[in-house]
Order: sequence, then C-alpha cells, then structure tokens
Amino acid sequence: MADTLTPVLSRGWADERSWTREAYEARDGYSALRTALDMAPEEIVALVKDAGLRGRGGAGFPTGMKWSFIPQDTESPGGGNPKYLVVNADESEPGTCKDIPLMMANPHELIEGVVIASLAIRAEQAFVYVRGEVLHVVRRLRAACREAYEAGYLGADVMGSGRRVDLVIHAGAGAYICGEETALLDSLEGRRGQPRLRPPFPAVEGLYASPTVINNVESIASVPAIVRGGVDWFGSMGTEKSKGFTLYSLSGHVKRPGQYEAPLGITLRELLDLGGGLRDGAELKFWTPGGSSTPILTAEHLDVPLDYEGVGAAGSMLGTKALQVFDQTTSVVRCVLRWTEFYKHESCGKCTPCREGTWWLVQVLQRLDAGQGREGDVELLLDLCDNILGRSFCALGDGATSPITSAIQHFRDEFEAGMHTPSAELFPPAASTLFAAEVSA
Amino acid sequence: MTVEASRETQTPVDLVTLSIDDVEVSVPKGTLVIRAAELVGTEIPRFCDHPLLEPVGACRQCLVEVPDAGNGRGFPKPQASCTLEVAPGMVVRTQVTSPVAEKAQHGTMELLLVNHPLDCPVCDKGGECPLQNQAMSHGRGESRFAETKRTFPKPLAVSEQVLLDRERCVLCARCTRFSEQVAGDPFIALVERGARQQVGIGPSTDEQAFGDRPGADGSSGGAQPFHSYFSGNTIQICPVGALTSADYRFRSRPFDLVSTPSVAEHDACGAAIRVDHRRGTVMRRLAGDDPEVNEEWVTDKDRFAFTWSRQDDRLRTPLVRDPDTGELVPASWPGALAAAAAGLREAAGKVGVLPGGRLTAEDAYAYSVFARVALRTNDIDFRTRPHSAEEAAFLAARVATVQDVATRDLETASTVLLVGLEPEDEAGTLFLRLRKGSRHGVRVAAVASHTTRGLAKVGGELLTARPGEEASALDAIQDSDGSADVGLDARSVVLLGERLASSPGAFSAAVRLAERTGARLAWVPRRAGDRGAVETGCLPTLLPGARPVGDAEARADLAAAWGVRSVPAKAGRDTTSILRAAARGQLRALVVGGVEVDDLPDPALAREALAAADFVVSLEVRESDVTRAADVVLPVAPPVEKSGTFVTWEGRLRPFGRVLDVPGSLTDVRVLAGIAEELGAPLGFRTTAGAMRSMADLGPWDGERVAAPDLAAPEAKEPRGGEVVLATWRQLVDDGRLQDGQDRYRATARRAVLKASAATLAAAGVEPGDVATISTDLGSASFPTAVADLPDGVVWAPGNNGVHLRGALGADHGSTVRLTAGGAS
Amino acid sequence: MSHDVTPPIDEATTAELRELMGRYPQARSALLPMLHLVQAVQGSVTSEGIETCAELLGLTTAEVSGVATFYTMYKRRTMGTHLVGVCTNTLCAVMGGDAIFERLSDHLDVGNDETTADGQVTLERIECNAACDYAPVLTVNWEFLDRQTPESAVDLVDRLRAGEPVQASRGATITSWRDAERVLAGFEDGRADEGPSAGDASLAGLRIAQERGWSAPPIPTVADSETADEVARSKETAEAEADTRRAEDETVAEESAADVKGGGSADG
Repeated sequence: MADTLTPVLSRGWADERSWTREAYEARDGYSALRTALDMAPEEIVALVKDAGLRGRGGAGFPTGMKWSFIPQDTESPGGGNPKYLVVNADESEPGTCKDIPLMMANPHELIEGVVIASLAIRAEQAFVYVRGEVLHVVRRLRAACREAYEAGYLGADVMGSGRRVDLVIHAGAGAYICGEETALLDSLEGRRGQPRLRPPFPAVEGLYASPTVINNVESIASVPAIVRGGVDWFGSMGTEKSKGFTLYSLSGHVKRPGQYEAPLGITLRELLDLGGGLRDGAELKFWTPGGSSTPILTAEHLDVPLDYEGVGAAGSMLGTKALQVFDQTTSVVRCVLRWTEFYKHESCGKCTPCREGTWWLVQVLQRLDAGQGREGDVELLLDLCDNILGRSFCALGDGATSPITSAIQHFRDEFEAGMHTPSAELFPPAASTLFAAEVSA
Repeated sequence: MTVEASRETQTPVDLVTLSIDDVEVSVPKGTLVIRAAELVGTEIPRFCDHPLLEPVGACRQCLVEVPDAGNGRGFPKPQASCTLEVAPGMVVRTQVTSPVAEKAQHGTMELLLVNHPLDCPVCDKGGECPLQNQAMSHGRGESRFAETKRTFPKPLAVSEQVLLDRERCVLCARCTRFSEQVAGDPFIALVERGARQQVGIGPSTDEQAFGDRPGADGSSGGAQPFHSYFSGNTIQICPVGALTSADYRFRSRPFDLVSTPSVAEHDACGAAIRVDHRRGTVMRRLAGDDPEVNEEWVTDKDRFAFTWSRQDDRLRTPLVRDPDTGELVPASWPGALAAAAAGLREAAGKVGVLPGGRLTAEDAYAYSVFARVALRTNDIDFRTRPHSAEEAAFLAARVATVQDVATRDLETASTVLLVGLEPEDEAGTLFLRLRKGSRHGVRVAAVASHTTRGLAKVGGELLTARPGEEASALDAIQDSDGSADVGLDARSVVLLGERLASSPGAFSAAVRLAERTGARLAWVPRRAGDRGAVETGCLPTLLPGARPVGDAEARADLAAAWGVRSVPAKAGRDTTSILRAAARGQLRALVVGGVEVDDLPDPALAREALAAADFVVSLEVRESDVTRAADVVLPVAPPVEKSGTFVTWEGRLRPFGRVLDVPGSLTDVRVLAGIAEELGAPLGFRTTAGAMRSMADLGPWDGERVAAPDLAAPEAKEPRGGEVVLATWRQLVDDGRLQDGQDRYRATARRAVLKASAATLAAAGVEPGDVATISTDLGSASFPTAVADLPDGVVWAPGNNGVHLRGALGADHGSTVRLTAGGAS
Repeated sequence: MSHDVTPPIDEATTAELRELMGRYPQARSALLPMLHLVQAVQGSVTSEGIETCAELLGLTTAEVSGVATFYTMYKRRTMGTHLVGVCTNTLCAVMGGDAIFERLSDHLDVGNDETTADGQVTLERIECNAACDYAPVLTVNWEFLDRQTPESAVDLVDRLRAGEPVQASRGATITSWRDAERVLAGFEDGRADEGPSAGDASLAGLRIAQERGWSAPPIPTVADSETADEVARSKETAEAEADTRRAEDETVAEESAADVKGGGSADG
C-alpha cells in the first residue's frame, strides 16, 4: 500500500530554480531518456502500455495503446509519412490547474517525456501546444526547450544516438475548443480550431494528414518515471484499472487549495482532510470531480474513489481531477449559468446543437438566475440538454449539458425558486467570496 | 457525329448490405448512410450535406439511430447519416421508424430556427427553400423560443454580384466548402466563433465598399471580395436565403417562374442550365444537374450573362439597304429574303460564307448546306479568330466525329496536359472537373507562358513555352531522350486550345506526342458552336460528318444524300482568304453569321472586305459592325428563343428546347432555307428538327480521313530590342458582347494586369505595379503590371478586358509588340 | 508608449514573420504566432497585418480573418499598455472575481474590453486561466496575480498606471501587453528565470508529504525488472488489440463526454 500522497511529478517543485536543466538533472532528470535510447521503440510502447498509464487529460484512454496505433509499416495507410507527437498543453477546462504549475516548475520532465514518446512512435518532430494566456509558462517552456537542445537532449542527434527529435513550443491564442485534439491539430496547422471528422483518426491522419499522437502534459510527463520505475513500480500505486500517481487539484471553499499528487483512487474526504477541510463554518454543497464538464457531485459522494471507474460509477467522470469545492453559501443556479456562459463563449460554432443550444440555454438560465423564470423552464432546460447531448459534433456540447442536468438532478428546488426569487437574494454572492468577513451558517 | 459519348468505365464494385428502416438494401462500399436511405425512399433531412462536397457533419440535422453498427454493437447516440459509411449488417433507423431519430431531428430543426428570421415572405428563397420545406416536414409545430433573435446589419455584399444576409445563414458551410474545395477560391470563409460565427470576407466583415482594392488576380494583397468565376453556385446551393444574387434579389417568386432546362451558350462545355422566365422575360439562370458534363456547377458567365439578347440594339425586323438613300430600312421577311437572294444571285460563284462560332449544330449545318447547295462553293469558314491550314487539317483528321475524351475522363486520367488552353477562363466547367481530378491524384501539366492562377489551383506543372514556340515544347516532352517526362501514357489526355492555330507546328507536334505516348487528344475551342461547325463541315476543306472535300467518294456520298447532282470539288478559301478575296474583288458577296469584326484575325482587312464587297448579307441577333455594313440584315433568334443542339468539345450532343416563344424570331436554319428557296436551290429542310434529321440520316464518314498535319516546329525567334512577344487569351469575365447588360457580374472581372518577368519589366524600365504600355503600329494598350514566371521577353495581357487587343492593336497570341513604361502617350 | 500611431509592418517585422514560418514543417502553422507578432508590433490585429500574413502564406484575407476572429487573444482595437484580465469563470467569480471586476470597472471607469482614457489599462473579463487553486485570480499581460481582493486589484492597477514596477505572483516583472505578445509569438525576452518555481498552493501536497515522510514507493533495482518478459507478452497481444483499435477509438470518441478538457481530450 502506497503512501497517501506520492509526489513524483511534483517532487522537485520546491527545489531551488527547479525549472532549470541543472536542477532537473540533479534529481535524476534525463536518466530515463538514456534508458529509453537503449530500448527499441516497440519496447517503450509496450512498457507504457503494460504500465497501464491512462490519459490524464480527461478521457483516460490508455496512452501506450494510443502510441501503438501509429502505423509503422510503410505499406499501411499513413505508415510512410512522418509521424508527429503533439502535447496538449491547452489547459482550459474550468477548474483544471495541474499542467500549468507542472510546466512552470518542472518543464524538463515534460521535455524528457516528449523525447521518449517521440522515440517510441518514431516521430522526429514534436510540438507542445500551450495555451497562450500563460506567459510565464511559455517562457519557461521555451527556455527549457533551448536548454535541452544545448545539452543534446533534443536535435538532430539526441544524446549521440543518431536519432532526431525536434520540438517546437507553440502558443495558442485563446480558444477552449483547442483542447479537443482534432481542433488542436487544425489550430496547429494555422486554421480555426474546429474539430475534425473522425475517422480518419489522428493516429492515421493527424497533423499534416500524417500519423499523430496527441497526449496531455501530465500523461507525457509521467513517462520518464515509468521508464525509471518500471511497470510494477507504477502499478504499485493506484487501483487495478487506474494505475499510478496523478495530480489532484483542490480549489474553492477549502482551507488549503492546491495540488495533491496521490495514487489514483484517493477520495475527496481524504483530500479535504489533507487540505484542512472546508473553510470555517462551511458545509460541502457540491463539487466537480474533474472540471466543469463532469457532472457535479455532492456530500454523499465524499467517499467515492477518485479513479476512472469509481467516479464513473457515481454518475460522473474523473476528467482532469479538478476538484472544485463549493459550500452552502453558493448558488448552484449562478454557477451553472456561469459555466453555461463559458460554453456559449467557447462553442466553436461548427455544429448546430452546441452553437444554438448553448446560446438558448444561457437565456433560460439568465432569467432563472434573475428570479424571472417561466413555468416549464426547468423542463425546457432538460429537454434542450437532451437535444444537445450526443447530438453535437464533439464533446464540448455534451460537456455543456453536464452541469445543468446534474445540478437539476441534485438541486431542482433552486431552479424552481428561479421562477420567483433571484439567486442573489437566496445566496448573497458576498458570502461566497474569499474575502467574506465570515461564512453565515 | 454520334449521339452521347459513352465512355463510362464499368468497374465491379463491392456491395454492402444493410438494413434501413427494416428494408434491406445493397449499396457500394463507402456509400454514406444518408444516400443509402435515399435508395429505400427515405429522405433524411439535411443542410450541410451535399453530394459533391466533402462530408462535414456540421448541421446535425440528419441524425439517425444505429442500433447495430454491423458488429453487433450499436452506437449509444444518434449518428449523423451524412458522415457515416455503410457497413455490412448495419441496422439504421431513420425518423421513419425511430422516435429517437425523429426527436433528434426535431431538436436540431428547432435550434436552427431559433435564430432564423421569420422573413420568408420577402426572402428570395421562399418557396424553394430547403429550410422552409424541411421545417414543414420535419419540424415541431411551434417554437419554444420566445427571446430576441440574433441580428446583423443587412445585407453584406461579399461581391458586387453576391449578397449575404447573415441572420438567415444556418452556417452549413456549403458556400465556403464549395469555394475552397470545388472552385479553389476561398475568398469567403467562416469568421468569428460560436454563436457569432458567420460567413465573411477579409479583413473586415462589415466592410461593404471595396473601393479600388485590387482583385483576386491582382499583384498585392488587400481585402479580397468574392471574385470567383464560380461564385453564383454558392447562391444556388445555399439551403436558405442567406446568399442571394444582387440582380435577382426581390425580383420574383419561385412559383411565378416557368423553368426550362437548357444548355449554356458561353463556351464549348455544354453545361446544363435551367432558365427561369416570367411572362416572356428571363429572370435568372441556374445550374442544371448533369453528372457527365457539369455536375451541378456552372460558371458565373453561364449563370448571370443572359441579358445580352435583350439589349436595345436587338434586331427585331429585317433590314434592307435603300439603294437611293443608302440607309438600312425595315423590310418584310419575304421582301428581305428576296432581296438577299437577288444580291447573291448577282454575285453567283463569288460568294464567301462566314457563319461564326456561336451557332447551334443545326444552324451551322444549314450554313454548310447553303454554301454547297445554294451557293455552290466551299468558301466557308466558321473560324473568326486566327486560324491556319494546319489547324484545318488537324480538325479534319483528329476532331470531326471523334469522341476520344469525355469530361469524366479528367477525373481518371493519369495525366492531363493542357496546351494553349487556359480552362478556367476558356472552359469553366471543364476546369472544375479538372480540379476535381487533380484533387484525386490526376497529374496536370501545361505548355503555357506562365503559371496562372488556374494552373496553380490544379497543382499543375508548368512546361514553359514562348508564344509561337509551343511545338518545340511539345516535341521535347517524353522524347527519345526521355526528357520532360510528365507521365503521359495511354491513360492520359492532352487538351489543345484554339490559340494553337497561331502557333505553327503545334497541332502537328501534338499529334506526334499522342502517337509517341498513346495519350488521347481533344480540342477545346472557346465557343459553343465551334465543334458543331466542325462536325457540320463549316470549313473550306471539310464537308459534314468528316467528309473531306478532296475525296470524290465523300462528295458523291453527300450529293446523293442531299439529292443534288454534285458537291463542289474545289477546296474553298479560309476566313482570311475569303476576306482578302472580298477586299480585292475576287469575291463579290459575303454571307455573315454571328461575327464580331474585332474578333477576326485582321479586323482592318475585315472592314476593308465588308466595304469592298458588292453585297453583304448578315444574319445577326444584335446590331454589329457587320450589320451596319450589310445590304440585307436578317434578324435571327438567340438560343433562348429557339431550340437546337450544341456540340461540346467532347463531341457530345447537347440538345436544348426553346425557352421563350417569340413570334417572328427565326432560326438561321429557317432564314437560310428561305434564301435558298428564293435561289431555287432548297436545302431540303426548313426547321431545326429537319436539319437534325438530315444530319442524322447522313451519318459520319467511314471512308479515308484527311491525313493529320506533320509540320516541323519552327526555329525560335529572338525579338528585337524593345519588343516582346505577346501571350494572351480572353478571360472568362471580360468585355465580350455576350456579357452585355450584366454590370454587377462584369464588376467581378479580374483586374486587367500585364504580367512579365522581373527582368522583362526592368529592361523596359517598368517598376512592378506601375503602368506599362504595349503597342503596335495600329494602337496601344496600358495596364498595371505584375511580376509572374513568364520567360524573359514575353508579356501576358488579357485579350479583351478594358482593351480589345486584336481590335485595337491587331495583336494576338504570339504577336510581337513594343513594351514601354508608363501609360499611352 | 504612444497609441495614436500604429507602426507599420516594416521589413524587420516581415523578416521575423518569415522566421516564424520557417520554424514549422508547413508554413501555415506559423499563422497563430504571426498574428501574435502583428499584435506585438501594432497593438491589435490590423487589416495590414491580416493582409501581410495572407500574402506571406499564400492565403486569402478571408482565410486569415477567419483565424484572427476565432481566437479571443487577438484584438481588433488597439490595446492599452496593460491588459488586466479578471477571471470571472465560475469558481473565481464565486470566490470574488465578480466583485473584483465590478470594483475595477468602477475605479477605472471602463467596461469589459475597454481601455482607460490614458491608454494605460484595458480591462477584460477572462475565462478560467488554470489557476483555480489561487482564486480569485487576475492576470496582467497574461502574468498571474493570485488570490486578489477588490482592494489589492485597485492598488495593482494604480501602480500600473503610475508606471511603478509590479511583480507577478508566479512570473516576472510586468512589462507590457505588446512585449508579452512578442514572447508568445516565439521570441524569448530573457525573463524565464524570474519569479518562483511554484506558488504555495502548487506545493500544498508536496509540503504535507514532506512533513509526513510520504513518497512514491522506492524504485526497484534493475535486477527486479521483468521488463523484457513483459515486452514479449505485449507483442503477442499487439495484433489482436490493433484489430479493435477503430472500435475503441470510436468508443472513446462516442462515449467520452469528457472529451474536451483543459489540456485534455480523448487522449492517453
């Protein structure tokens, strides 16, 4: 049984100048790359597959399996084309805040993972697509990339192996949809970030219509540790189907919000205990297990194991492990409206249900929030969600419905109250703020 | 000529069997579910889907339930049937049998209507609107949306011709996908995001005035309006009334219109069109649907240029020159026909015939028979542009009655080689098919002066040839050295443009190339009537059905068919010789069809000839330099007022019916038959149908053909100092008279620019972008300049965009002209 | 910095735009960085910038406009020296972001996406900026200012407008929005080593682990490794798994409502 917290990715974050190559090498950095250079690409793929690493960006797809889909036989479709690795660093899902501190404090671990993953899939060109709104992270990534080139970890001859891996740090320009992997590819090709039709899948026709792996930052950054520690070591953390360590991001009405790196399967109750509990006088009202696109849960779910299976069984999704915690001062209608405004703002516009549906949902929620709801509005919301969920082109539309349907499921009364009472009357916003004088019971 | 090219390759297809609404259906592998459903009679509602555009799955209107994907597992959510390929054993439930699919479709429809205005009563699309129709058949009765709809300032002029009402747009992206995928002109694009997403042009979506911004073909960047030769197709495929024609806007309601299928008269492609008229006035033209020819696309010229025949200068009554006043005065038909016959009888044996290239096959045939039977001469030539004996031999040997290449072949050829042909300008729907082919792997190369926008859009390789030196360029391709390999083989096609007639040896070299590589040849003329004129023998050395004038057996065959004692045996004069002979008095009379004097190879000689001839009969639709010089003017019907048949560059017959019934509007057939009867030598037919019957009875010649020309390529000529060689052709949108009356359409013309290499411009002291002038002893023309990849010493200028080069300078493709800096002095 | 005159895109900028194009296997990939650079030079995405990018990349202005108007970081009006973003997405809004925005809006007398009369500050509501454990969060020129209050925010903008140095919570000394855009375009400014490695919240779990002596299990020695065997087993099953890959990928595409995630997608 592993310890409650298992800092691996975050273990060096407090080190002096932790972001530099020197500091990273001092904590055994780039040793995994040396190991990987002695392995056949297929061996690296098999290692990551056997370790059971699952995508840390939301969907939990097995990383090694994804790598194995890249056609390496020149006879198969796409097999003759160059291969690309793209790191999805477009961390934008509301509540999600793990990749940004990782890249800020420990960019070299990501770069080491990039090189190893590129070797595994035989990619000579990799990209980190980082959202543009995090200037200092972009600086640290570029500096780390430069240092890695200088040290021969990147370039035409990686550590004298004769293997080439080039890396471009690419800053986005403000579009949540670019976290969707095919939209990210279009964006990286200099286009509007709108999702692509699948098939063809990126593994066969991705960037520049060539085989491409797109992985989340945390997934790729976890690879060096797996190479160092091996399959059994990785599997000694986590649960049977959700193996390894991961970053849980605690935020909201808790005493000590922040990053908690633990084996998969920890519960919110344990995390809250570590985080000092809710602020004084506060009771847990609702929380998201993995960002705003994952259906909200309540106090009855405090003991749900936070792994892919556990959260799924509770009717939500592990998502990005972004645990946004809201106490009893919070209006759920206000929160749901704000999230829905976000989806409306970020809808790419490509498909009808998401584009028009989020636009309409906002209007209905606005009047409920203002206490001017109409008879049947709750049913209307649910029916609109039904017409969006599973009807949209990509998962953004689906995600937009999650907070609404789950909130109505748990707090229907509050929505009904929107027929006559503004949310701000029921839940004065001032009481919810960090700087509120006190939390009223 | 034979009826309908039938070159469809029958390759065996793998069939997939699936069940749609409990009906089993077998369709080719790769078929999309939405189209498989059509085969069982189920129309799944759709907006973004279009069979000629790549699937996008954006509108989500066509959702169906798929309880079994063919692998025993179903999709948990409704699927877009426009992006889902069939699979063996797949089970599909559409709105017909699935409440889930029906609800999903209702839901999407409701969302589409949330922001759609209720302006159907004033919308052009009302009555023929897919959104309106499908809202009725697949929508909810009433909307639950009671809030304010999204609005935009209206309308946005994406070009002078195309207007966009953004609030009506359902963002299906058909227009932007057409422009990018089919036309290769992404001048419109989706801009903004989410609920604010809209179609726009750059850089400012609200900019309505284009000012003097350079056009699409201009030298510098800038706000680019939607100046695509194919822009009108977006209006037609718009499933709502978002894109409208500035000309047609608010002009008519679909249910007031009478629609007639027809064929476009503007090029040799034979594009199917639909002509809509109201009470005798054509209101608009649309693309027809013909998978073999134009699929569902036409050029803007085919669509918008239809008012030329109703201009003020339209001839409505016969005119006969009054011997006393010298004025043309109206006459009765019998009187005019008698006058024409009298004048021609007077000049018996010394009459030349210039039918022009715009005729239907039936009308051309009437000219051909009229010349041989009524005038007893072979002095007939349809060619109203530079021509050569080599060309005539080529047409007789390799074009007449030959159907080696069909439009569809451009999708499957290994290589398509263009020689002296700029299809985007000269054969627009052919160009679209070529582009489709190039997007699916067909290699394209061009023997040309430079890389045009059209060549770039088909990813073509340039085999640079100076004008007049196309022959040597052709001889160099895949010759015994194996050099200049562009992959020509038996699956390849070589398309030859009409301006090769002014390039000595080019047709000969093309024939040699075809024989060397096995590639098939086709001749692509510019005009709708050119190929028909070849088929019907409107040439001095060729009789109808590819019968050589020089072949006694062929003449006898023809004489028997026509019921005359003989057909003249002496080879006739070509166009230039006819005009020269008329100017010198060797010919005394001319019968002229639809011919513009400035189009003729030597307009000055033509004017001289018209003046010198004792007697000129003109059969024309509108007043022209010829009618003004004529002694008898016989007004004839434009295509819209008659039936007839165009023959495409492929040799395909494209019959069309009469759209407007205008009493007294006579065909050339009828008029020529009338004169012939007055001359006592009847044609044997008086109607279009009769002419066609006569042609069909005649059939193609099965005897020996004229030998193909085999001229050597000429030596390269170095122009003298200060002189350059001119490369030129007519652009699709230009000052041609068949585009008269369509100012908005004409405003979308590409900017007239003179192109040359940087060195050529520098040698003349011209800064790129500045104005330069080309001149001959006859005249000059000035254009802004742009650098392009022409060989040094060659300039390109448009043939009739601002200045008619042949008319004003007497200059043609291959002519030598002077290049100087600045405007004309 | 004067904002009255928009500097033209000169040859030096054009050379830098070309340099960006050269960093990618296909030049069009540089379009987003190129637009960032246009902003750095001109203070917004201008028509001239769109035309220049279109010309350099062989695109139409409509295509470039389509891209420029899709992303929220591209601005159509000339920006102030500093862009102050207030996160008003749900969590930050609840934790005080709404109050901060209101206060700043009052104090600066500007609304959302408006610039103060002195041209110093453009105020903007921003979406979640991945710093939820520091809520409520502000950004200045896309640098983090953590755990703000209305008072601290007012103090912040006053110091910015007075030209006093401001240090980001987790980042460098505040420069200007245009300078930031230049870094985003792909040109380093030498400030990567400024600021801490992490803020306190980022270290919350690490500190507890250190206090309590918790860590990941020790890495086994090389002798324990059975990597080679596992590789062999994996190869056997690879083919069978490959057969199912489309189905599985589709399943992920179909069933993952979490497909769009911060930094995440249907990925592994």
